[in-house]
Amino acid sequence: MSALTTNYLTPSGREEAWRFTPLKRLAGLHDISVDIADRISISNRDSLPAGVKLTNPLSTDFPPAYESNDVVTNRIRKAVQKISLLTIDNDLELAEPIFLARKAGSSAELSRVVIQAGINSKATVVIENNGVGEIGEEIEISLATGASLNFISLQEWDRSAVHIGQHHAIIGKDAQFTSYVVSIGGSVVRISPTVEFTGSGAFADLYGIYFATDGQHLEHRIHVDHSVPNAKSRVNYKGALAGNAAHTVWIGDVYIHKGADGTDTYELNRNLLLTEGARADSVPNLEIETGEIVGAGHASTTGRFDDEQLFYLQSRGIPSDIARRLVIRGFFSEIVTKLKSEELEERLMGRIDAELAKVGE
Amino acid sequence: MSVLEIKNLQVSVVTDAGNKEILRGVDITIKSGETHAIMGPNGSGKSTLAYSIAGHPKYMITGGSVTLDGADVLEMSVDERAKAGLFLAMQYPVEVPGVSVSNFLRTAVTAIRGEAPKVRTWVGEVKAAMASLNMDTAFSERNVNEGFSGGEKKRHEILQMELLKPKIAILDETDSGLDVDALRIVSEGVNRVKANSELGVMLITHYTRILRYIKPDFVHVFANGKIVEEGGPELADKLEEKGYAEYITA
Ligand SMILES: Nc1ncnc2c1ncn2[C@@H]1O[C@H](COP(=O)(O)OP(=O)(O)O)[C@@H](O)[C@H]1O
Ligand SMILES: [Mg+2]
Repeated sequence: MSALTTNYLTPSGREEAWRFTPLKRLAGLHDISVDIADRISISNRDSLPAGVKLTNPLSTDFPPAYESNDVVTNRIRKAVQKISLLTIDNDLELAEPIFLARKAGSSAELSRVVIQAGINSKATVVIENNGVGEIGEEIEISLATGASLNFISLQEWDRSAVHIGQHHAIIGKDAQFTSYVVSIGGSVVRISPTVEFTGSGAFADLYGIYFATDGQHLEHRIHVDHSVPNAKSRVNYKGALAGNAAHTVWIGDVYIHKGADGTDTYELNRNLLLTEGARADSVPNLEIETGEIVGAGHASTTGRFDDEQLFYLQSRGIPSDIARRLVIRGFFSEIVTKLKSEELEERLMGRIDAELAKVGE
Repeated sequence: MSVLEIKNLQVSVVTDAGNKEILRGVDITIKSGETHAIMGPNGSGKSTLAYSIAGHPKYMITGGSVTLDGADVLEMSVDERAKAGLFLAMQYPVEVPGVSVSNFLRTAVTAIRGEAPKVRTWVGEVKAAMASLNMDTAFSERNVNEGFSGGEKKRHEILQMELLKPKIAILDETDSGLDVDALRIVSEGVNRVKANSELGVMLITHYTRILRYIKPDFVHVFANGKIVEEGGPELADKLEEKGYAEYITA
C-alpha cells in the first residue's frame, strides 16, 4: 500500500470515505485538532470462563497487525496507551457467548480493543454498546489457524450517542469468522467491518442489521480483501428506515487481488423504506484482478413496504400493527435466526419491534 | 344463520392513469349453507368483486352497499371484515418472506378467536387439517407462500379457511392451476368445512370443472362488471356447452 499522506488529516467531507457522514455531529472524533482522551471502557459482563482472559496491556506491546487508512483508527493508535485485550486459548470450545459491555464516559473517548482467537478455538464474543457516549473505536480481531469466532457488535445506544468504529478481522488458514453488526440506537453510528485473509480455506460471513428512525445516521462500510487463494466470503446486510431524515449508508467493497485464485464471494444489501423522508444509500463495489475464481457477485435493493403483504395478513384478521410487525420481523429473520441463540434472537426482535412502535408516533 | 348482502355495488380500480370503472352495479345475496357459483370470462371483474368485499385498498367503492348480518362491511377495516366472518381465498396468494406458516396461522387464529389457542389442542388441530389436505407437516416451517407451487398455495388458502372458520367464504379461482388430484383434495376440503359448519360460499370460477366437486345451489353469470344471468346448477351445464360468447357480445 502506498503511503497515505492523508491518514492524519481531518476529513473535510469531500473525501470518498466521508462524503455520506455528517461530520458536524461526530463530536470531533474525526477532527485531529480536538483533544480526545483514551479510556478503557470494555469490561466483561459475567465472570470469564477458564481459558479466556481480558487484560489491559500497553499498546506498545501490541502494535497494529495491519495498516489502516481510516483517520479515526489512526488517531486511536496514536492516542491510546493501554488496550483491552481479549484472548481465547488454543483448542478452547465455548458453548456460551462471552459478553463484553462498553461503559462509555461522559466525554468523548478513544478505545482500542484486540481480540485473539487461538488455534482451533470456537467462541462467540458479544460487545454490548448501551447508554450515552461518544466513542472512536478500533477492534482488531485475529483468528489463528482453524479458529471459529462469532463476533457480535450490538449498537443499542441511547439516541444521543456517537460511535465511529473499525472492526478489522485477520483470518488465518481454515478459520471461520462470522460477524453480526446490529445498529439500532445512536445518533451517528459509522462502523467499518473490514476483513483480510492470511491463509487458504478461510471463511468470512459478515451479517448486519440496522434500523434507522427520525434523524439517525447509521453507516456501515464493509471491506473484504481477498489476497490469498481459496478463501470464501459472504456479506448480507439488511436495513429498515422510517421517519424524517433517517439515513443509512452501506458500502460493500470487495477486492479480489492477483493470486487470490479460487475466491468465492457474494455480497448483498437490502433496504426497506417504511415511510417517506428516509434515505438509504447502497454502494456495492467489486474489483477483480484474477479470472480464476469460483464466484463473485453482488446485489443491492431498496424498496418500499409491500402493501400486498399487509393486505394478505389483515385479510386473515391480523390487525395492521401486528401485521407490520410480522412483515418487518420476517424481513430481518433471515439474519437474526443465524445467531442461533434464542436469547439474542428475542432481544434483537424486541429491539426491532420497539423501533417499529416509534414509527408514526 | 348469516347473510351477506351485496346491493348495487359499483367499484373503480385506482391506477396510475386514473380511476377505471369495473363493477357496474352488482346484486347478490348469500346465506349460510348456500353455495353460489360466480362464472364469467377473464377480465369481467370477478376478482374486483372479491377484493372489494375483503377491503383491498386499491379498489374504490363508488356506490352500493355490502352488509353482513346487517352490519356495514364497507365501513370495516380489512381485519375487522375477517373478524366479522368473511374469508377470501385469493387467486394469487401473497408471499410473506421470513414469516413461517405456523407463526402466521397462529397469529391469525389468535386474532380471529380473540385469544391464543391452547398449545396442546392447537398443534393437533393444525396437523389434522393439514393431513386432510394432503399437506406435509414440514410445511408449517416454510415461509408463507414463498416457493409454494400453485397447488400448495391453494391448499394453504383452504387450510386457513378450515382453521379460521368464517361465516362466508369467497373462493377466487381456487381451481385455477390445479391438477385433477389437487382439485379433488381442495374441493373435498371445502365440502368438509361446509358439512361441519354453516359456511356460505361464493365460488368464483372461469371453468365448470370445479362444479363437479363442489355443487352450487345457484349460478350467476358475470360479464362486464355485473351479473347478466342467474339460475340453478343447470346454468353451468349451458355454459359448459356454449361458453361466454353470447354474454360478451350482448
Ligand atoms: N390494478 C389494476 N390496474 C388496472 N386495471 C385493473 C386492475 N385490477 C383490475 N383491473 C382491470 O379490471 C378488469 C377486471 O379485472 P378482474 O377483476 O381481475 O377480472 P377477473 O377476475 O374477472 O378476471 C380487467 O379489465 C382488469 O384489467
Ligand atoms: Mg380474477
